[in-house]
Amino acid sequence: MTLGSIRHHIRVDRAADDVWALVGDAARLHEWFPGVTSCEVTGTQRTIVLGSGLPMPEEILVNDPIQRRFQYRITAPLFAYHRGTIDVIDLGDGTCLVVYATDADPRTMALTIGAGTADALDELQRQMEHPEPDGAN
Amino acid sequence: MGRKILFVTTDQQRYDTLGCNGGTLARTPVVDALAATGRRYERAHPQSVVCMPSRSTILTGQHPSTHGVWMNGVALPPQAPSVATVLHDAGYRTALIGKPHFEPFLDPFARFAENRFARDGLVGLHRGFEHFESATHGAQGQLHYSRWLASTHPEAIGMFYPVLDGSLEVNALGGGATGAPQVHDNPIPRGWYHTDWVADRTIAWLDSLACDNDWFCWMSFPDPHHPWDPPAGELGRIDWRDVPLPAGYIDDAARREAVLDAKPRHWRAWYDGTLVSNYEAPLHWVPATLTPDQVREVNARNAIECELIDEALGRVLAAIDARGWTEDVDVIFTTDHGELQGDFGLLFKGPYHVDGLMRLPLIWRPAPARREAASTVTRPVGLVDLAPTFCAIAGVEVPEWMEGSPLPVDDTDAAARGFERVLTEWDSELFGVGVHLRTITRDGWVCTTYQPGYSHDGTEGELYDLTDDPRQQVNRWDDPAFAPQRRDLLADLWDHQPPMRVPHRRVEAPV
Repeated sequence: MTLGSIRHHIRVDRAADDVWALVGDAARLHEWFPGVTSCEVTGTQRTIVLGSGLPMPEEILVNDPIQRRFQYRITAPLFAYHRGTIDVIDLGDGTCLVVYATDADPRTMALTIGAGTADALDELQRQMEHPEPDGAN
Repeated sequence: MGRKILFVTTDQQRYDTLGCNGGTLARTPVVDALAATGRRYERAHPQSVVCMPSRSTILTGQHPSTHGVWMNGVALPPQAPSVATVLHDAGYRTALIGKPHFEPFLDPFARFAENRFARDGLVGLHRGFEHFESATHGAQGQLHYSRWLASTHPEAIGMFYPVLDGSLEVNALGGGATGAPQVHDNPIPRGWYHTDWVADRTIAWLDSLACDNDWFCWMSFPDPHHPWDPPAGELGRIDWRDVPLPAGYIDDAARREAVLDAKPRHWRAWYDGTLVSNYEAPLHWVPATLTPDQVREVNARNAIECELIDEALGRVLAAIDARGWTEDVDVIFTTDHGELQGDFGLLFKGPYHVDGLMRLPLIWRPAPARREAASTVTRPVGLVDLAPTFCAIAGVEVPEWMEGSPLPVDDTDAAARGFERVLTEWDSELFGVGVHLRTITRDGWVCTTYQPGYSHDGTEGELYDLTDDPRQQVNRWDDPAFAPQRRDLLADLWDHQPPMRVPHRRVEAPV
């Protein structure tokens, strides 16, 4: 067993509810996660397709609009363990902190996915703070 | 019409694997002939002993602390300085064919351009290379060679050694006759193997050029980096049973372990299998289990891979000659870093700044039309000096952002232009294990200081006299008799070591 844990966070100058509206919508991950090209949700099952063409089946474990927590696990056989956890934390001043945690065995996937989540947080911040005028975001 | 540049790199090749450098195992007549009429450098060092930082140094002409690729898995930004851009802007046709590795290979999201070109059916422009056709050590991944093999010879994909294991760690699986790690009998026909593919694609690109084009072609062979799985049809070249143990291998286990014990503690910890401090060695392999026969078999296969490279280079040089270009072509041959290959009872690489990893083959055969004298350069030079050398060959001003200088043509030139020292650095922070080394090689000494990390408190170091102790088996760091040398070398090191770029670039993947 080689368990790896990676955390990334970003402060977003936008209300927590606004950010959660995107983050909490399981079918919209590909809109803000660079390298995820599509996303399909059926009940608690989600399949994303990565930029390499690799399909990645997932199970949604938590989608809690009260705590603003979204948690899922990748169910592909490569993973002995995986948890992806996104928390949107209201900072009380009209901004929020988004924390994206990746825990995985093998640990190498925690590192690789974790780096992708850092990019995703950057993109989320960009879309939230500088929405495109036509509403494409 | 100016000088054309064929820049040839291999991956993880030791200095002593070439005949011109005293090697006796691999037959390398092509490179030996280039050395006989060109410049042979006896003390060429990388600025990092792993691929991504070292290759980024070659491309940028900067030390790792400056370009910011401080360990494998850290990406060089696409907008980073590139000597290929400088040459392309000066009118050169430019290509990189073979292993690039400026961006991580392990990239399921295809976040990095290097991994998207083949997927998207493109061959550039990237980092100044108008033609960018990529390969790595096998059939996995998202590079052009993998795609080519999958489309033309799909049955060959499973023939290669699986570089990573089921946990995506560097594989410890053994093979061959001795069970040595990363040794594998690969039934692939030679013509499908990546060495010949790189040469074939290089020839194809050169054939696409007009006769009067000036060009810079970086031909980058993935071998002889492990896995040691050359085409099985070539294994008859060298019988591993006949291979002598390398000079750096200490046969007596007690003496070997005493030598390791005199080095900073991560050496012995790795040997015993209690700490694998970096990703570049198999997580589940214990070096103490390495047998003399395994060392022989690894060296035999490594030598076969070196021979295949030499022959592939010969084909490319013949193609250049057929175009009538030979008189105007500078050829530079080197590698990105070395390989322990049995030294101290170890294989692979890591934070170990000794000759096995730092002393590199470097040959420069200037364009024959210039009628320049052959020479041997003994003063220290670095891969950081390559990019400025390419600029000098092309007659382009060396940009200020390059930290090296055009390679000296002989020792007199080296002395006149201040080639006194070469620096090598190591940083890694992976899963809680941090290792940080800074090394200076000067005046026949190698001095390494360790910064605080997982195994080190910042007081440790290594000091070797290359004249009396060419195998670096006697660590004089704590010997009071050598305190003046240590003090002098460290002062010089810190006078010249560029500061680490801050903030650190993010680690994107293990490799």
